[in-house]
Amino acid sequence: MTKTKMAIHSATKFYETRSGSTHALDNVSLDVREGEFLCILGPSGCGKSTLLWSMAGLHALSGGEVKLGSETITQPHPEIAMIFQDANLLPWRNLAKNIALPFELKRKPPDQARIDSLLERVNLKGFENKFPRELSGGMQQRASIVRSLAVDPSVLLMDEPFGALDAFTRDEMNLLIQEIWMETRKTIVFVTHSISEAIFLADRVVVMSARPGRIASIYDIDIPRPRPVDIQTKPDFIARVLEIKGSIDNGRGAAAGLAIT
Amino acid sequence: MDKALGNKIPEFNKKPGGAGGSGLAGLSSFGSGDHRSKLEIVVIILVAVVIIGGSEILLRLFNVPQYIIPKPTQIVTALFTEWHFLWPHIVITLYELLTGFFIGGSIGFILAAVITQFPFVEKVVTPYILLLVTTPMLALVPLLILRFGFGSEPRIIAVALASGPMVMINAATGFRRVDLAKIALARSFGASTLQIFTKIRIPMAMPMIIVGLMVGSIFGLLTAIGAEMVGGAEGLGNRLTYYSALIRMPQFFAIIFLLATIGISIYIFFFWLGKKWASWEA
Repeated sequence: MTKTKMAIHSATKFYETRSGSTHALDNVSLDVREGEFLCILGPSGCGKSTLLWSMAGLHALSGGEVKLGSETITQPHPEIAMIFQDANLLPWRNLAKNIALPFELKRKPPDQARIDSLLERVNLKGFENKFPRELSGGMQQRASIVRSLAVDPSVLLMDEPFGALDAFTRDEMNLLIQEIWMETRKTIVFVTHSISEAIFLADRVVVMSARPGRIASIYDIDIPRPRPVDIQTKPDFIARVLEIKGSIDNGRGAAAGLAIT
Repeated sequence: MDKALGNKIPEFNKKPGGAGGSGLAGLSSFGSGDHRSKLEIVVIILVAVVIIGGSEILLRLFNVPQYIIPKPTQIVTALFTEWHFLWPHIVITLYELLTGFFIGGSIGFILAAVITQFPFVEKVVTPYILLLVTTPMLALVPLLILRFGFGSEPRIIAVALASGPMVMINAATGFRRVDLAKIALARSFGASTLQIFTKIRIPMAMPMIIVGLMVGSIFGLLTAIGAEMVGGAEGLGNRLTYYSALIRMPQFFAIIFLLATIGISIYIFFFWLGKKWASWEA
């Protein structure tokens, strides 16, 4: 029995806009286990990013709560680091200064030994003086992973981090993040809209349905690790993909009132 | 085959660098893109030599009297012989420009930073700022002279009024470019509101702030010279009217040369500043 790292209790979120209020999350409850790799999967607009941003303490919930251990998350927490879409490096800072940003904001000297070993780990040693525009998308995202890991958080929240990368780079990054997870055993919550990415990476895949965002189902992925990239072409893997895809399509049909009873 | 595409690598998502610096877009782009090649610099200098040398030869050949157009050599001579008369006026003009620009620029910058945080206030204030930008502040100089006399004060105020709104309107454009993802990033690492301002908002607005400072200071120079021509007894603008009244054209052109030098120095300074602090944006 593994410990619960983060707990979400009936999280509900409305966005107030000019055209009225949008119901983004409806009564979502979920336990994230310590050291697990959890993927949140769903179509766009299903509130998965909303859920992740709430877990990061970046915006408040309309109802319910997010807990890290015994603490309620109402604002960003030092134990939780976020990795964003498109790397989100600051274009006016070189790599070294981008990675030093979290330390600067916390008014601490950067942990240079840790940063150097992380840079070494993701093959970015020697690129410290480069600016983001001089690096490829994959290199930028690896730098942003270093930036987040440098402050040694226990939870990593990743918001469709590889969505903008090409398929080859994406495979590479998926392998890297799997290796990093196996080495560090951080708790990772990974949001994606790619079914095969979710199955490839996760211990558990949480499938969400849209409007309002709800948890539709949870799948345990017991494929042994390390998982090679070509596992995605194996019949067993494809069967899992089809199973999840089928459940999503069903869910959509029901939501649109198309279910035949 | 299209010649322009002939030997270009097909990469269309790359922004074009500030190619050579032609046009306003080129003038105010700080991208670390293309640098001028040695050949280009040689040709630019060659053109200057041809124009200056050519006009010297033509003016001598046709015996043009110096009260119509003085020869370049006469202008240079005037610059040296009159230097000790001109120097105090340079100091006065620069003093007015720097003081006025500092006052106007600071107020403009602070207003831009504050106002862009409140969309409603911004919408209400913007038309008035536009009014300040588009109304030539020179028109106010006679009024300011009536109120403040013939000293430096009315000119400093005019310079501040001319440069401040320019700085403000450009800086506001910069501050308006909010990238929520970058702010969320800083917040996720526990940044305070002040840290988000100094580490995210200001650097992000920096290219536009520098453009505003550049345009504002050039406008300030314009207004300082104009204000000196309107009234008072000092400054380079005043010397222009003085020497033209005496039909002392070499001295007149020497001052034009000085003004051009000041203007170009301002441009080079801000261009250098842009390269240093804003070159991340092509």
